[in-house]
Amino acid sequence: MTQKIDKIPELPKGSFERITLDAHQAERITKPSVSFWQDAWYRIRKNKGALFSLILFGLIVIMAFLGPAISPYEPNAQTITHANLPPKIPVIENLGIFDGVGTLGGQEVDLYEMKNVEVNYWFGTDGLGRDMFSRVWTGTQVSLFIAFVAAAIDMLIGVIYGGVSGYFGGRIDDFMQRIVEILTGIPNLVVVILFILIMDPGILAIIIALTITGWTGMSRVVRGQVLKYKSQEFVLAARTLGASDSRIIWKHLMPNVLGVIIINTMFTIPSAIFFEAFLSFIGLGLQAPDASLGTLINDGYSLIQFSPHILAFPAILLSLIMIAFNLIGDGLRDALDPKMKD
Amino acid sequence: MAKYIGKRLIYMVITLALIATFTFFLMKVLPGSPVASADKLSPEQRAVVEARYGLDKPLPVQYFDYMFGLLQGDLGISINQFKGKDVTDVILSRMGPSAQIGLQGMLLGTVLGILLGMIAALRQNSWVDYSSTFIAIVGISIPSFVFASLLQYWFGLKWGLFPVALWKDGFMSSVLPSIALAMFPLATAARFIRTEMIEVLGSDYITLAKAKGASGSEIAFKHAFRNALIPLVTVLGPMAVAILTGSLVVEQIFAIPGIGEQFVKSIMVNDFAIIMGTTLFFSVFLIVIILLVDILYGVIDPRIRLSGGKN
Repeated sequence: MTQKIDKIPELPKGSFERITLDAHQAERITKPSVSFWQDAWYRIRKNKGALFSLILFGLIVIMAFLGPAISPYEPNAQTITHANLPPKIPVIENLGIFDGVGTLGGQEVDLYEMKNVEVNYWFGTDGLGRDMFSRVWTGTQVSLFIAFVAAAIDMLIGVIYGGVSGYFGGRIDDFMQRIVEILTGIPNLVVVILFILIMDPGILAIIIALTITGWTGMSRVVRGQVLKYKSQEFVLAARTLGASDSRIIWKHLMPNVLGVIIINTMFTIPSAIFFEAFLSFIGLGLQAPDASLGTLINDGYSLIQFSPHILAFPAILLSLIMIAFNLIGDGLRDALDPKMKD
Repeated sequence: MAKYIGKRLIYMVITLALIATFTFFLMKVLPGSPVASADKLSPEQRAVVEARYGLDKPLPVQYFDYMFGLLQGDLGISINQFKGKDVTDVILSRMGPSAQIGLQGMLLGTVLGILLGMIAALRQNSWVDYSSTFIAIVGISIPSFVFASLLQYWFGLKWGLFPVALWKDGFMSSVLPSIALAMFPLATAARFIRTEMIEVLGSDYITLAKAKGASGSEIAFKHAFRNALIPLVTVLGPMAVAILTGSLVVEQIFAIPGIGEQFVKSIMVNDFAIIMGTTLFFSVFLIVIILLVDILYGVIDPRIRLSGGKN
């Protein structure tokens, strides 16, 4: 700045051109308008972790249904002579993995040869000679079913409760919030265990135990959102124009709250999967012959020393599902509500 | 502040009373009582046993006896595992190991998590950041019992570095369980500190500190770190819940004579007195911790308006 400019360099003629301002062009929108969902999808696609998880989860769901069908064995069929076989997959066995070699009495031997087993078990067999491949995928089905149903019920109750409480406000809201405050005070673990104890163990018992207080989180979030939006101008405008309560709720509030509902549900699912597996592991889960990933891990754990593969496959699958869901949830949260970003 | 604490205390009492009432009626409904093998007893013997456990009184009286006992820390009497022993004594005798691995796990997890989160925030979008995010996601996703079995298999069975499942070598026995429990706090703290730090680093007072010529480390530790640390208090509650939930399975896996292991054992043999007593104990523990955390947060960060509560 202190340098003195002696001479301004000459510019060739025609370097500048006059652009006349057209009043009609000023308001023109140059890019096509993007809807909220298109925008969200665009952001999800840019999030590699979430996209990858979405594909991974899709594959897991497909395999959960396809797996038991393509396996030549029934998930509950026992073949005692084929018990505790390590995994063996044709072609891949030549690489030195999945070759049916296990330790027996401290030595590495091909257990398939030793036991004269002609067939292959891709994920090996468990202590009763059941095919792990079809068991793991049926277990995935059960785990996902429990998680999705529990999340759906949580969503339904939470949205209705939170919506009513937030929308009508006043005394109703006060009363309903006191109930929620007491319910959220009870630790989740305690509720789940107490409810499992009074019901017959099974899928239904687990779903009820998971949802009995699980909906409170959703109801709080929905209530907060409804409170925020119902006092905004567009709702006032709709009301002035004579819109009914149900129209305001469904047409004006719902679309705004939907993003938060989806995000919350995406985080409910992994926690439901975790709790189901946890309950199965401490012996409060499904009873045989029903099997979920949790019970499979529990079974496998007792044989960890000699046949680690029985634990490995369900454990890996459970972990993959949990990681995928957390990443999808993170991605969705960033995509649907950039302000909420952690 | 006082009003807020008072309100929270009232809710705490209501919640606990609700849980206690629920457990009382569960105990009445569920099978297994001190007179379970009643058929073998003569009417006189039966009456003696019932009188000993107060079962001859009418239900409301039993209920108030039970609630009054709870206030005095009496959680009832074990039915089939430790015949006639006080549940409170059973729980107290097993508190040591649980507290040890719980605290060790919490400490290890939070300290490592804070370090990891800080490095990640200071070196945003570097490989350190990405690997820290990866560790955080894995730590939150993988259930503690899967992680504990992995540790046990590799460090215990395969490499023999630590005892597989033995509570005798003192500290050495507590290493693997503590690591298993530390995963969740580590992941949560790392994630949390990273976001907080990034936010703080972008705030005006950091720019001011930079403009005044503060060095990088001074900014990181004196200004950013301190302010990022405050909100970490809010996740202490969920961390405590996770540690307690995790301890149920981790103690079982590593055969630690703690409360969690006892609890799982009681479930296996249907000792409802112990199950209910432990459940109540867990409830009190968690509810008090969460209350303390909320109060603590209000005390150290005056910006939080407590009267409105969260959300």
